[in-house]
Amino acid sequence: MTADHQHGNDSPATRTEALEALLVKKGLVQSAAVDALVERYEQDIGPLRGARVVAEAWTDPAFRARLLEDGMPAIRELGFGDNTDAHVARLVVKENTDSVHNLVVCTLCSCYPWAVLGLPPAWYKSPAYRARAVREPRRLLAELGLDLSPDVEVRVWDSSAEVRYMVLPQRPRGTDGLGVEELTGLVTRDSMIGVEQL
Amino acid sequence: MNGIHDMGGMHGFGAVDRRRDEALFPEVWQGRVCALAGYAMGAGLANIDAFRHAIERMPPDRYLSDGYYGRWLYALETLAAERLGGDAAVERPDHVGSVVREIDREPRFAVGNAVRTWNRHPQGHTRLPGYARDRRGVIAEVHPACVYPDTNAGGRGESPEYLYTVAFESRELWGEEAEAGATVYIDLFEPYLEALE
Repeated sequence: MTADHQHGNDSPATRTEALEALLVKKGLVQSAAVDALVERYEQDIGPLRGARVVAEAWTDPAFRARLLEDGMPAIRELGFGDNTDAHVARLVVKENTDSVHNLVVCTLCSCYPWAVLGLPPAWYKSPAYRARAVREPRRLLAELGLDLSPDVEVRVWDSSAEVRYMVLPQRPRGTDGLGVEELTGLVTRDSMIGVEQL
Repeated sequence: MNGIHDMGGMHGFGAVDRRRDEALFPEVWQGRVCALAGYAMGAGLANIDAFRHAIERMPPDRYLSDGYYGRWLYALETLAAERLGGDAAVERPDHVGSVVREIDREPRFAVGNAVRTWNRHPQGHTRLPGYARDRRGVIAEVHPACVYPDTNAGGRGESPEYLYTVAFESRELWGEEAEAGATVYIDLFEPYLEALE
């Protein structure tokens, strides 16, 4: 087991400063670049991309077909899919229907479709979610306010390799007249993970 | 390895506290650790599999108490201690970009094939969750060959293998108390799978 001495008793903030100083000294990172990346995570990469993808799929059947066939080329059409998650093998989009509900988890770490949803929320990374989503998805969803009919099949996607999953939620009723921008505003992050319906 | 990270199916963690509006990085150091990890790996400190394995090697109590970015910090400290000692140059990582690789053999399995996962307990890194070990499933999708995490994490090369999405009935995984009408899909590498008659 790893000895604790290299991790020290200092606060995480102090340890992070020491780590950054070492990595800079060794020439692996530049502090200015780190500043810029933190800002990018906070401001530019987020679930708004996924929401736009969903709205396009709701309004353009040909795009929807391409998205469900192979996610990464489809989101590149919208200008997404940059090197945010460069090692990823594929982006797979799973469509909710009247008879199938999809739910995404990563039980082994917290793999998440960064390219479309940004960084994962705290609850997605929590031991409770990772432990329960695969064993009792219906009970878990019910606790989170989503009571599924027994007729609806639940499909849980455990992201155990470099395939990333996103859920295409069902379009809410009464939105027929809305355009892509208005529809984008209706799509929540949690609906694209599968713990919410719109 | 049979570690605390392998959480699928565990009891005792309580309810999921779903908050919708929390800050991405509640503390400043968490954002810096996130960015440092990306840059350090891109610059060759470690590949993604070695990084994940460094997290798995944490003492279990620290794994639970340090939180998500705390685990990243711990793993980066471990890797820095192991790999940045003295004046040795840092090697380029095996892969920075996509893990997809071309290999000169065909996939062993096709969609619809019945398979059983192997019953192995490797001490090193693996991506077969414990709850799906020695279980029967059906191939749902065949993906391209990818870098094999089990060898790549330990510096034993990429040895690419075909990747499959395998469907497991909830009852096969959780027995009689399983929820009805649920299927769990897991992405598994070819060596984990054997053909089932």
